[in-house]
Amino acid sequence: MILKPPLGDIKIIGYYLGKIIIGLALAMLIPIILGLSAAEINPLLDFTIGLEIALIFGLLLTKLCFTEKDPNWMQGMIVVSLSWLAAMILSAIPLYLSGHYKSFLDSCFETMSGLTTTGLTLAQDLDHLSYAHNLWRHLGPFIGGQGIAIIALALFMKGSAGGFRMYVGEARDEKILPNIIQTARFIWLISIVYLLLGTVALGIVGMLSGLKPQNAFFHGACIFMAGFDTAGFAPQSQNILYYHSAIFEIVTVVFMIAGSINFNLHYQLWRGNRRELLKNIETRTFLLSVMVTFLIVSVGLNKLGAYSGALTLFRKGFFQLISGHTTTGYMTIYAQQFIREWGNLALVGIICAMALGGSACSTAGGIKMLRVGIIFKALKQDIKTMALPERAIVIQKFHHIKTLFLEDKQVRGVLLITTAYIALYVLGALVGIWCGYPVLDSLFESTSAAGNVGFSCGITDAGMPAILKLTYIIQMWAGRLEFMSVFALFGFIWAAIKGKR
Amino acid sequence: MIKTLVCTLLLILLLLSISFAQPVPSTDLINNAKEYDAKIVVYAGEVIGDIMQRGDFAWINVNDGQNALGIWANNSLVKDIVYTGSYKSTGDTVEVTGVFHRACPEHGGDLDIHAQAIRKTTPGRSVQRKLNPGKRNLVIVLLGVLSLIWILSLFKRK
Repeated sequence: MILKPPLGDIKIIGYYLGKIIIGLALAMLIPIILGLSAAEINPLLDFTIGLEIALIFGLLLTKLCFTEKDPNWMQGMIVVSLSWLAAMILSAIPLYLSGHYKSFLDSCFETMSGLTTTGLTLAQDLDHLSYAHNLWRHLGPFIGGQGIAIIALALFMKGSAGGFRMYVGEARDEKILPNIIQTARFIWLISIVYLLLGTVALGIVGMLSGLKPQNAFFHGACIFMAGFDTAGFAPQSQNILYYHSAIFEIVTVVFMIAGSINFNLHYQLWRGNRRELLKNIETRTFLLSVMVTFLIVSVGLNKLGAYSGALTLFRKGFFQLISGHTTTGYMTIYAQQFIREWGNLALVGIICAMALGGSACSTAGGIKMLRVGIIFKALKQDIKTMALPERAIVIQKFHHIKTLFLEDKQVRGVLLITTAYIALYVLGALVGIWCGYPVLDSLFESTSAAGNVGFSCGITDAGMPAILKLTYIIQMWAGRLEFMSVFALFGFIWAAIKGKR
Repeated sequence: MIKTLVCTLLLILLLLSISFAQPVPSTDLINNAKEYDAKIVVYAGEVIGDIMQRGDFAWINVNDGQNALGIWANNSLVKDIVYTGSYKSTGDTVEVTGVFHRACPEHGGDLDIHAQAIRKTTPGRSVQRKLNPGKRNLVIVLLGVLSLIWILSLFKRK
């Protein structure tokens, strides 16, 4: 028998949701400061309106639902999934007011795409967008990449078991430090240190490429935030092609790879444990996967003669491949070129790379390297078991920060999430096909949305059907949260409707 | 003598056809890149972003309202460009005549145009944006609501 959730559950969810909304409201102070310094008066008003609305909701929720109780697993998961929806709507207010979006749904699409580090965009006339609005587009991935609940954990919580439940709800199940608050703060420390270094590096490269100093550093900060957080937004409509610079592309590739590495691995590297990089199952799987998918892409491009020289083929093919594999979505070609010039084989290579994604506990999306590695280890174990005598006990180990034994329970969990991802890719593709788009195009765009990549072959456009926009929003949300929090929310709603008192 | 005359006439005709040619939209160039590859095209649009100097040459990006394309031009061709499109300005509108490359071997496979001539058709301008009174009023109303909630929450605490 399903029981109706008690009022106490709703109060706990409301209270923590309110705290997260207040955190989001405070983040709007950053574009407000930039709007003030750049004398962008109307954008300043847009963000003030957004901030006030968010504060009103946040204050109302925290005051009306005040509680001192910690959320349990179910409540923590629901807080997380609801906070992403609330963040999508509230962050969309200033963007919608900018006048660069055709509807509020389009601006919600943009913010969900940013927060989930996807990078698909529906912005109109991006080349005339204000600094403040552009910064907000790029702050989205920086906030969402690290985790919306992690902001609340780092800012408002003093240490609780409930915090860990919210941390897990955001698809992070690895504690880097023993205390979850310290883990949240460490993730933010890494991100801010890298942000400063990345902005300076890209700013200098931008200046050498001919950008004006203020633009070079503004673009540097934006590209870093969307690159390290594997989002793929850029301040200009041409994305990375705008810069026409090989050095800019190389630096961006470095940040995309850094962003797709597990935060736990970053911590090991910070501690000087460089050997972990070579031994870790995720880096090994990533390396192997990049080699295989790049081979597919290269053969496909070479077969069609898409690029005349080997160096050109490498520059275009490798950049797009790494961008897809790390689930960033930065492009140095036009969206239409994927379909018209790359051919089916190269596209299949890119789709595979997007579907597999980056590392667990990173800002990357997709199935994740840890899961892919574990599936291969399990397969190896099964083959060994079949080959050896029945009485032989086969033990399979893998190295991820420490050496671990492969367990059936772990493999089951991995296969469950992998199946859910594949189902999500296929479901989105089916909606695309239903809307009249070709099969391969639909699969490409769907994988890109659900894997939080951001590549487009031309389907994502303000003119696409609203049902497809909603489908991609749900795909981006479910893909980023890795399903569990979304399932918990649906279960809660079901219980609220059908449950008995 | 006749050969020279014919060649001169052909050259004049070619130049005339280019100078009176209609600009090709960017979507056409991208979608049919193979047909236009290595051919002289006319492309028109607004200069956006920065003019990026690279030695004797410069990159400009020109947006025709559908897409922005990269134009590789000699510095002498871009010296007349005053305004470039951004939040605070509308860029100069230019008409570019040049060689279109689907995957430029000189620039790492970029889809670009190597300009032979750039003509400014409409000068740009800085955009003066006035304060939106509707937004200002909404800010004030919301501030009032926010203050009310804050004051009520103080009472609730007591």
